Amino acid sequence: MNYFAKLYYPLRKAWKAVGLYLVIAGPGMVVMVADNDAGGITTYAATGAKYGYHLIWFLLLLIPVAYYVQEMTVRLGAVTKRGHAEAIFDGFGAFWGWFSLLDLLIVDWLTLVTEFVGMTAAFAIFGVPAWITVIGVILLMAVIVLNGRYWTFEKLALLFCALNLVYIPGAFMVHPNVRDVLHQGLIPNFAGGFNGQLFFFLMANIGTTIAPWMLFFQQSAVVDKGMLEKDIPWGRFDTLLGSIITVVVAIFIVIVTGTVLPGIDIDSAAQAAHELMKTDRYVGTFLAIGLFDAGLLGAICISLASSWAFGEIFGWAHSLNTKIRQAPWFYATYFAMLITSGLVVLIPKAPLVLITLFVQVIAVTLLPAALVFLILLLNDRATMGERRNTRAQNLIGGFIVVSIIILSTLYGISVLFPNLFN
Amino acid sequence: MGPIRNLLAKIGAINTLYREPRIEMSGAVRLSLLVLRVYLVALVALMIYKFVQIVTQG
Repeated sequence: MNYFAKLYYPLRKAWKAVGLYLVIAGPGMVVMVADNDAGGITTYAATGAKYGYHLIWFLLLLIPVAYYVQEMTVRLGAVTKRGHAEAIFDGFGAFWGWFSLLDLLIVDWLTLVTEFVGMTAAFAIFGVPAWITVIGVILLMAVIVLNGRYWTFEKLALLFCALNLVYIPGAFMVHPNVRDVLHQGLIPNFAGGFNGQLFFFLMANIGTTIAPWMLFFQQSAVVDKGMLEKDIPWGRFDTLLGSIITVVVAIFIVIVTGTVLPGIDIDSAAQAAHELMKTDRYVGTFLAIGLFDAGLLGAICISLASSWAFGEIFGWAHSLNTKIRQAPWFYATYFAMLITSGLVVLIPKAPLVLITLFVQVIAVTLLPAALVFLILLLNDRATMGERRNTRAQNLIGGFIVVSIIILSTLYGISVLFPNLFN
Repeated sequence: MGPIRNLLAKIGAINTLYREPRIEMSGAVRLSLLVLRVYLVALVALMIYKFVQIVTQG
């Protein structure tokens, strides 16, 4: 009895801390989990099927990569109270501002198409026609954002983030050999030797870890949430926890496909779900639900990233704390992006594979620019004051940014010229 | 024509507002922006090359 009495207070304290975090949790967690979008799920499913558990150690390396980049957007947003688009216009002038804004628009729209491709493919497994999925998704996303409160949007988004964890029980259901997972997955190795195909997979995994819209989304969300400089430690914790969860989910996807579909070439997550259905109906269902959820979360965040960016530059009211009458252009941009990209999926014989490849190439034009601007802004004394990057942050952040730029560029080029690395 | 004229006027106002970069243009910043320009020009050239390749090869 005495033992339980002693345990009560620490547990209550811990529970209170969890409760407090759930109140404060937000942009970091949402952006990181949304990073596992339809394209991301496909990449992880294909990685697991191709290389089994052998690249799990590499996925773990992506935790600091995602954290260090996104942490900078938290500081920049909390200090300047400006979104990333506005910060670029203000810091680097109209030329770089327009370049970033228009490039963001194109990348976001194309990525949205891929999210709809993922969502319609996921529900097609259950026999739902694409047009019903598209209409349903648009209506659901309207409900999520039109309530006039950022807080409500964020908590609903966190609910969908929780659904993303469906891959974890899915992995346990396929009964992987834990010893193999630990032995093959945690010791750095290149299964089958380092060759062009492995390099392509490594680049694809990095490419899905940091996407241009993430920088714009998180910084704008930090501003819309009203985070202050004193909230930066919470923002950092939120981002770190989000980056850990996103990689953990990715690892469990790799374990599922690595266990059930070893050696199979996977072109899409929907194909992986189909294949899994043949082996275990429930696991296949989990993968399909997870794919839909991933596409939905990605679509919510990507549409918002664009709407916030345009609102910041054109001076429109651009907050989720406003009603549709108060910010008509903000919501018009949001729904225009959603509806037009959703309609593309419904066009018979639309070049969806070409669009998916094009996204990866166009993203390469925006990502380096956005990352370079981020580092430069974080070093500007007038902008950041005492919150500017320290030398250690510059060394780590600079190394990560340069690595991402090189690898994502090589990835983009390998998409353009597939035989280059073979 | 009203909405288009308004939009153009708005874009003009944005260009005026952000005419001058506000960040301190140190040597490192100038070099970074120069490298970025070269990078983007090279990337666009590669894309155009690929496009021409696709068109000419049918």
